[in-house]
Amino acid sequence: MKRVRVDGKTAAKPDAVHYQLRLFVTGTTPRSARAIQNIRAICEEYLQGRYDLEVIDIYQYPEHLKAEQIFVTPTLVKRLPLPVRKLIGDLSDTGRVLIGLDIEPRQLSAKPPNEHAA
Amino acid sequence: MTKTADILLSGLPKCPTGIHGLDEITLGGLPRGRPTLVCGSAGCGKTLLGMEFLVRGAIEFGEPGVCISFEETAEELASNVASLGFDLASLIAQKKLAIDHVYLDRSLIEETGEYDLEALFVRLGHAVDSIGAKRVLLDSVEALFAGLDNESVLRSELRRLFRWLKDRNLTAVVTGERGQATLSRHGLEEYISDCVILLDHQVTETVLTRRLRVVKYRGSTHGMNEYPFLIESDGISVLPVTSMYLTHVASNERVSTGIAALDTMFSGKGYYRGNSILVSGTSGTGKTSLTAHFVDAACARGERCVFFSFEESADQLIRNMQSIGIDLERWVKKGLLHFHAVRPTTFGLEMHLVKIHKIIDQIKPSIVVVDPVTGLLHAGTESETRSILLRLIDFLKEKQITAVFTTLTSGAIAQEQTEIDISSLVDAWLLLRDIESGGERNRGLYILKARGIAHSNQIREFLLTTHGVELREVYLGEAGLLTGSGRVAQEAKDASAAMLAGQEIERKQVLVQRKRMVLDAQIAALQLDLETDEQESQRVIAQEKLKIVKWERDRGEMARSRFAGEVPKEFANGAVKAPGLKGSGA
Repeated sequence: MKRVRVDGKTAAKPDAVHYQLRLFVTGTTPRSARAIQNIRAICEEYLQGRYDLEVIDIYQYPEHLKAEQIFVTPTLVKRLPLPVRKLIGDLSDTGRVLIGLDIEPRQLSAKPPNEHAA
Repeated sequence: MTKTADILLSGLPKCPTGIHGLDEITLGGLPRGRPTLVCGSAGCGKTLLGMEFLVRGAIEFGEPGVCISFEETAEELASNVASLGFDLASLIAQKKLAIDHVYLDRSLIEETGEYDLEALFVRLGHAVDSIGAKRVLLDSVEALFAGLDNESVLRSELRRLFRWLKDRNLTAVVTGERGQATLSRHGLEEYISDCVILLDHQVTETVLTRRLRVVKYRGSTHGMNEYPFLIESDGISVLPVTSMYLTHVASNERVSTGIAALDTMFSGKGYYRGNSILVSGTSGTGKTSLTAHFVDAACARGERCVFFSFEESADQLIRNMQSIGIDLERWVKKGLLHFHAVRPTTFGLEMHLVKIHKIIDQIKPSIVVVDPVTGLLHAGTESETRSILLRLIDFLKEKQITAVFTTLTSGAIAQEQTEIDISSLVDAWLLLRDIESGGERNRGLYILKARGIAHSNQIREFLLTTHGVELREVYLGEAGLLTGSGRVAQEAKDASAAMLAGQEIERKQVLVQRKRMVLDAQIAALQLDLETDEQESQRVIAQEKLKIVKWERDRGEMARSRFAGEVPKEFANGAVKAPGLKGSGA
């Protein structure tokens, strides 16, 4: 399996939760490029040193789509921490990305914010 | 199993579904290489239709298929259709089928910007390529609308998806939930305009009927009606209401009804093979007994028969027919006669029709009896029953099977009107009726119509005897139509009247003879009298003459004595003999 490992630094804080992210893109389309840029910026800003990001080109690895239940591109899958969540779109809405990654608390959600979130 | 693409009226290539009846309605199947929208409300069988399209494609037409399911997992789908005898797991293992469940959970999805459905395309394309699929089922693509917010993106992506399917020459079935005012909730029909099939189900008097309608089919003619369909143990069966065209072949062969006198009424040769014959009458007029003759005659010719009974069990029928001297049991034992006795209310009309179809396909009879068709009224409404019968008649005609239907007419309506008004559908109609007179009920039979057969216009008295049905000429006299003991009495009366008349003549003749004898005797007596009188007169005359002679002589003697020789002239020449004395000896 060929995966583009963008960043793989170990966690800076010992108790900080580690993020495992996968971004599914469609080749080198502008939207894909935008999504990659956006997630990189967010990861660097909020999750520095405690995330793994794989970028997967669905044209090359279509078999992943079924296993990961991907039907929209781009899709960012937050594999860890649980719960698994999918962020669809080019990740340009940073506020929603942060909520989706449980980095920022969900405003209307009854769920308590993740204690490890920044 | 189905007449697939033989009737390609248009040049449009079609993809046979293999679904019983659907290919007939669509004249060959779904448009090949194009998506077809199948919409309908929940539980109307959309998914099943789609799955059957895939499974039959894979098994019967060698076309592998891909199912993208947005609602059910592969396991759920497999167990859902397992009851129809579809083994999805083995098809998947043989690479004839691929199922991909697209799981949509809104709560786990965050929309963060622009997106498209390219991943779905790739996923579908991957599945298609992995097994070389020719068919695709998208079930139900509208779930995307529930999972994703951006409707305008979805719409343009769906448009692209259908275009993509076409470009890849995939025949697709796309299911959609029925909307309030639109065929599908999200107006998919706007994008899929090649073929739209609408499924529906209605409950009428507690009986559920599923219906299918081809709303549109671009570039092809198709059946326009709503066709009932069934989900049965071997998949969907759509029942075309009628064959679209009346093209069945008409046989010229005439076959006996089994009743010689009835054959005579049909110009001596019986009915045409493949005719549909209706036997109507009020209860107890002998409809079943009459049909038993048809069956008996057919079995005796070595033909197979199926008897659908909605009122009596096979045993009861056999026993009852034995009482009129028809032994049906021997035909059952020979395997020529098959009874199928079931209560009409056991299942809906459609189910009845399907059962009938199946049994007929299996046994391939040359004559089918449905006794009584009115029984089916218990399973559906009048118009439905009529349409079922129409379809049944069509089906039987197409197969050149003689159909004998009995129908019960209630006393309340005109006898010449069947309760379900199927008279115009049948070729021959025998009407059995009660003729009430002289305190008794008798049966009469006449042929109301017989297409293409010269037939008697007379009412015959219909008798059930220990050796079967007998037809008698009814008595038509001054007192009108007489049957039964009335007829017998009238006949006896006639006979005695005739006898009396004969006796009268004889008596008259005797009288005349006697009179003649009397008169003759009188004449003889009178003659005798006359003769006696005559003799008497002669005698008197002779005596008188003698007296005169004597007197003359005396006078002559006296004169002689007085005048001495002066004899009067008349006595002088001695003519003493008077003429009257000639016969005095008599």
